[in-house]
Amino acid sequence: MHGMVNRALQGFLTATYGDEVWAEVRSQAGLSCDDFEAMLSYPDAMTSACFHAAAHVLHKDHGALLEDFGIWLVTERHLEPLRRLLRFSGAHFEDFLYALEDLDERGRLVLPELDLPRITVAQADGGRFVIDAAWSLPGVGAILTGCLRAMADDYGTLAFVSLGAIADNGNERLEVQLFDAAYSKGRRFELGQVRA
Amino acid sequence: MSAAPILGLCGDALDRLLPMHLWIGADGYVIRAGPTLTKMMGQGELRGQPAFELIMIRRPGMVDSLDGLRDLTGQRLGLILRHAPHLPLRGAAVALPDAAGVIVDLSLGLSFSRGVAEFGLTLNDFSPCDQTIELLYLHEANSATTALSQHLTARLQNARAEAQAQAMTDPLTGLANRRAMDAEINRALADHAHDFGLMQIDLDLFKRVNDSFGHAAGDAVLERVGHVLRHQLRLGDMAARVGGDEFIVLIRDCTEAEDLGRIATRLIAACEVPVSYRGQLCQISASIGIAAVTTYPHRPDLDQLLADADAALYSAKRAGRGRYAFHGSAPIVVNAAQPVTHRRRADDLPPGGFRRRQNDRVPRPD
Repeated sequence: MHGMVNRALQGFLTATYGDEVWAEVRSQAGLSCDDFEAMLSYPDAMTSACFHAAAHVLHKDHGALLEDFGIWLVTERHLEPLRRLLRFSGAHFEDFLYALEDLDERGRLVLPELDLPRITVAQADGGRFVIDAAWSLPGVGAILTGCLRAMADDYGTLAFVSLGAIADNGNERLEVQLFDAAYSKGRRFELGQVRA
Repeated sequence: MSAAPILGLCGDALDRLLPMHLWIGADGYVIRAGPTLTKMMGQGELRGQPAFELIMIRRPGMVDSLDGLRDLTGQRLGLILRHAPHLPLRGAAVALPDAAGVIVDLSLGLSFSRGVAEFGLTLNDFSPCDQTIELLYLHEANSATTALSQHLTARLQNARAEAQAQAMTDPLTGLANRRAMDAEINRALADHAHDFGLMQIDLDLFKRVNDSFGHAAGDAVLERVGHVLRHQLRLGDMAARVGGDEFIVLIRDCTEAEDLGRIATRLIAACEVPVSYRGQLCQISASIGIAAVTTYPHRPDLDQLLADADAALYSAKRAGRGRYAFHGSAPIVVNAAQPVTHRRRADDLPPGGFRRRQNDRVPRPD
């Protein structure tokens, strides 16, 4: 797994629960390093061990933890560059949903080693979208659920995101029901970055 | 043969396909401008304005007339908006039939990043076929990852520097380094149950080896000296490389001038054995300054001991190479029977230009 993912998980745990929790997760997961390095790669098993250790240490449901992680990825102030990159995908939340199919390609464009989920999006009747995601680790559906809820808020769209069952082929499915594209103002996004 | 069908586009379709177009009429006035270009001009409706007061064609040549522009049909244009001359844009022009004028389509070109920011453009201002958004995305993503890479490099460099600072050995010779030696001398000074002698060694003619045969030969010589020091000393003694060609040796439970002198003689002789490097014989010698803790009324401190050994070394050097000297005593020449043979060079001369014949003997003090 790309260090970017591991580093994000570490950032989420330390920012949300503190350094002691991260130290305990590290110890339970049997990590040899103190910190993940965003520009290095790590074995998938190490990432997986961290997710499991975190749920265990925090006495939290695995899915709920992953969902919080997904929300944090979009809303954390320090990860504003990531939110911006996501917003490049579309002018509206609906555009953004369709553009999820480009997500892994967009990731590879920047970091050829970055393994992002492969996502397919299908529109059903009445503003309903069915989204299937496949990743090298289980749990991508829950992370994506958190991300999409946060992104809907970011766009000011009222939407209902629910995690469905895991398909036979291992794909994790979620459903998005759009209600109001202009529900609130959402967060600002200016294409031209204002440089400090 | 039927004529090729002619395409008619309504203005809205033109706006959607080419949101940055400028349609200039035969009289040189704007007939229509795309919504994104209108936004970039920032002065409301452009229709009816003189086109060449809004834009300026700069490449392939300066053009400010419709006829000139018409001649550039199909070419790659370099142009600017007159109110934003610092942002070079790109364009293409097509002459329309029946004196309907010229259509110029624009693009932000390499000014995309500044252009989007300065003109306040949004995702909706670009045609889905325009890759400007993807360029912006890449531009931002690359800045972010470059920052992360630089962060990683900086951290690795710091870690390396820290590791080097913590290292106790000299990587070339495998001997201890200055840091380790200082710590060991301090420990030995604090241990009043045991006395010790200290030698400060400086290689003679080392610079000549480096200059004549290169740094690799110099390194081979240094490695050999490391080998000599490791093997000529007892297990409990300690040797360190403390500078380019400077070494310190700590000899435990040995403070008699005669014993220390014998060890110094042995070390100098061993250093003088020529080293063969790629067919070249590299020969050096060594000068040694000696201090022993027993010559002081009280235990000296580290700085005092090192300064005195250094002063003794200096006096040995002044007397010529291949000698040793005790702190406070005259230098003693070593193995004069087998003198180091070499051609003298100016930089080998001791300070003050002291000269000696090679078989000179300096009388040993009583």
